[in-house]
Amino acid sequence: MSVSVEEKKGPAPGDRRHPEPLHEPLVFERSGEGKVGYSLPPLDVPETVAIPEVLCRPDLAGETEISEVEVARHFTRLSRLNFSIDQALYPLGSCTMKHNPRVNEEVARLPGFASAHPLAPEEVSQGALELAWRLEKILSELTGLARVTLQPAAGAQGELAGILMVRAALAKTGNPRTTVLIPDSAHGTNPASAHFAGYKVRELKSNARGTLDLHVLEEAMTEDVAALMLTVPNTLGIFENQILDIARIVHGKGGYLYCDGANFNSFVGIAKPGAMGIDVMHMNLHKTFSTPHGGGGPGAGPVAVAESLVPFLPRPTVERRTDGAFSLDHDRPESIGRLRTFLGNFGMFVRALAYISSYGNRIGDVARGAVLNANYIRAGLAGVYHLKYDAPTMHEVVFSDKKQTASGIHAMDIGKRLMDYGFHPPTISFPLIVYGALMIEPTETESKTGLDAFVAAMRKIARESEEDPEIVKTAPHTTPVRRVDEVGAARNLVLRWRP
Amino acid sequence: MKFLPTSDADRSEMLRAIGVSSVEDLFASIPAEVRQPADLPPPLSEIEVRRLLGSLAARNANARESAFFLGAGIYNHYISAIADQMLYRAEWLTSYTPYQPEVSQGTLQSIFEFQTHVCLLTGLDVANASLYEGASALVEALLMASRLCRGRTRAVLSAGIHPEYRETVRTYFSALGFTSVEVPIGPDGRTDPKALARAVDADTFAVAIQSPNFFGVVEDWKVGSDAAHAKGARAVAVVAEAVSMALLAPPGEREADIACGEAQSLGVPMHFGGPVLGFLACRAEHERQIPGRLVGETRDADGRRAFCLTLSTREQHIRRERATSNICTNQGLMALASNIHCSLLGKKGLREVALQSHAKAEYLKREISKIPGWRIPFGAPTFNEFVAEGPEPASPLLSRLARRGILAGVPLSRWDPDAPNRFLVAATEMNTREEMDRLVAALKAGGTGDRQVPRQDRP
Ligand SMILES: Cc1ncc(COP(=O)(O)O)c(C=O)c1O
Repeated sequence: MSVSVEEKKGPAPGDRRHPEPLHEPLVFERSGEGKVGYSLPPLDVPETVAIPEVLCRPDLAGETEISEVEVARHFTRLSRLNFSIDQALYPLGSCTMKHNPRVNEEVARLPGFASAHPLAPEEVSQGALELAWRLEKILSELTGLARVTLQPAAGAQGELAGILMVRAALAKTGNPRTTVLIPDSAHGTNPASAHFAGYKVRELKSNARGTLDLHVLEEAMTEDVAALMLTVPNTLGIFENQILDIARIVHGKGGYLYCDGANFNSFVGIAKPGAMGIDVMHMNLHKTFSTPHGGGGPGAGPVAVAESLVPFLPRPTVERRTDGAFSLDHDRPESIGRLRTFLGNFGMFVRALAYISSYGNRIGDVARGAVLNANYIRAGLAGVYHLKYDAPTMHEVVFSDKKQTASGIHAMDIGKRLMDYGFHPPTISFPLIVYGALMIEPTETESKTGLDAFVAAMRKIARESEEDPEIVKTAPHTTPVRRVDEVGAARNLVLRWRP
Repeated sequence: MKFLPTSDADRSEMLRAIGVSSVEDLFASIPAEVRQPADLPPPLSEIEVRRLLGSLAARNANARESAFFLGAGIYNHYISAIADQMLYRAEWLTSYTPYQPEVSQGTLQSIFEFQTHVCLLTGLDVANASLYEGASALVEALLMASRLCRGRTRAVLSAGIHPEYRETVRTYFSALGFTSVEVPIGPDGRTDPKALARAVDADTFAVAIQSPNFFGVVEDWKVGSDAAHAKGARAVAVVAEAVSMALLAPPGEREADIACGEAQSLGVPMHFGGPVLGFLACRAEHERQIPGRLVGETRDADGRRAFCLTLSTREQHIRRERATSNICTNQGLMALASNIHCSLLGKKGLREVALQSHAKAEYLKREISKIPGWRIPFGAPTFNEFVAEGPEPASPLLSRLARRGILAGVPLSRWDPDAPNRFLVAATEMNTREEMDRLVAALKAGGTGDRQVPRQDRP
């Protein structure tokens, strides 16, 4: 550990690092009458408005008038108020903030992808259809499951698709059942998706290891239960080592085992969900397969399914015909239908295929790196922060603020103070079963130097919490804005600019 | 591997610090029976990745290399170079959802601006930070209406709503015990107002119409609003060609309660159908039922203006199975693209794009209607897209044209087998008169003749 960082005095109020103006007006406030930010060719056909006036609007009052130069400045300045992975470790647990290869961005912008239309004739869209087909084959190989739909727009929509397929399969046997079981450590989208798939949610209490208790499962797993939604490894970064028993119990009552694959990055290329008895699993291309998060999206949430669920896959599927050509199959009578327009977030398929191709049969190195890095952080912070569950750590480790609360320091304060040391905070207050959680996921794309610097900062904050708690409680001190009044925002709602 | 920054020496040191002898030891909790390596080809270098993806891209006809008239929910509009180049900035591209406002003011302010653009375009008070795309945005709008009319179970949908949107509604509704009833369009291409009013009953929570509808025809939102409000239901306005909002009366002004749909045509490339940009806007009194993320204005500890995510108690990470939606990841970067685009074009540019698109479509419609044997089946006004009907089945004709470098339209036969000769034609400011004349000439010739636009050849 670099002692020097820990010894030096940390950033204090007034040490703001941002030299440029901290305040950027709204783009609407930069507007000035008569300015233009676009150019169009002159109209080369007769001018006409062949729509009755009552169905038209007179103008776009309130919209901007601004030059291209000012737009460039505005969005460049705004961007500088953001933290990004290209800057430093972004240890948001569960979010898998890894490096985003730029060649993936480049190829996704080729005109044959970015300017292609989903309803062009199939014979002139063969490259796009083949790309989707290839990605499906690869994801099927990685998961050990029969087929994959690429349609869902993100993980949450994948969850919904998966549970709807389970519902359709059960309904075909006469009874869709009423309940989905979800451990108390699960992500919020799991219960929300189960609800929108028409199920009641029953929460299962985790055991002292932080994993699913087989007795709890056996008691809850009745013939009224459609599925167990299990995150593997779970949100504590702990692998369900009894996964085979879990699958046996669920299948024994005729239920389906759903896997939230948000954490697939910790065992991709090393073990296969299909072999674990998992029947259906979503993946987040924007986590495991490195498509960029873009400040909140877009993602893509492909769902892999076992043979028993194949008939129910969303429409359409991509098929390779006997003559070698690719085509869409809309004629799938047992399909759950569509979840959205067209094939899905195709631009993310391009990036994911580029990413997986870069690793090829070395894809397991992603998981090896992620697990090594998380364990290294765990070793570096053991004893300094409280670890509620000490089962082996996979790709992320969940500490808590328990040792710091005595001095009035909470997880939130620790996260905010990390900003002063140039890091993004970990995920705070999730999973819900760890009070004051600090959920740290470094990913495989962090160097040892970066991890050491992060550990040093975390240790330093632990010391500050005892010696100078005020500086932690009032952090951050160096960011473009200080602590933001979130309660005030919800109380006095201002959700738009008004002319 | 260039994405992995750990050297062998680092790894040995790290393993020593952890107290294990190999990385494989860290996987001990995965049962041996389920461990299987992936059977994939060897890793590709950057050159080979470019080659592989380049060869796949080269086999797709696209708007850069064709005369292009496809629409049906995805449109080819002008996007300034600066918009896409801005998206390359790491601060936008590689950041996460702005849960930590002190280090995310850029994203938060951009979303606030995007919300404002959507409000100005729809004439409503509140817009969210984005949804996946148009079809699921309609579902979210309908589910929101169902919460505003608790206990009711039906939604009435115009058959002029994009067929893939309606199919998506059926998928989501199937598990929730809701039904959707479809009201046919009349002979002029508009939803029949009387049939619509008749379809609404006391069990109806929403009435949804699309304008321009799937056939390009301009509808009056007020027809939907009146039908809904007469029975205490909510009026949902669906927009699949968002450029139209710069010319047509906004949903809010024509008394719609919720506007939703697809904003791809405001600054987002077509991307073979995704990522695109779902949006949803509503009235202030319903803001607590809105799905998805919302950004609000507030102050920081020093009293400066700042932005943060707000009303999160509606969302899945807090409310779990009682959340207003299961959405988490949305289409953030596309909302940024759209904010940049709307800001650049602004008051005059958005309108000019709409006017040019409309004028070009009118020209093309008139020219096609003059071809012997061709007609425009729907008489009501259209915006920038219309149905054309020729003397022969559309699909083979369109395929012939595609091989000649003209992507002339979208056949309607997939959704309406009884109309094999009909297809949708869209025009935008990107089309030139020369291209449109070329299309008309090609239709006259039955889609035969030489290829006229050079295209990158197969590798
Ligand atoms: C464990 C887990 N499950 C599900 C999700 C939902 O995925 P998405 O945000 O892609 O909808 C996430 C991420 O947000 C997650 O971390």
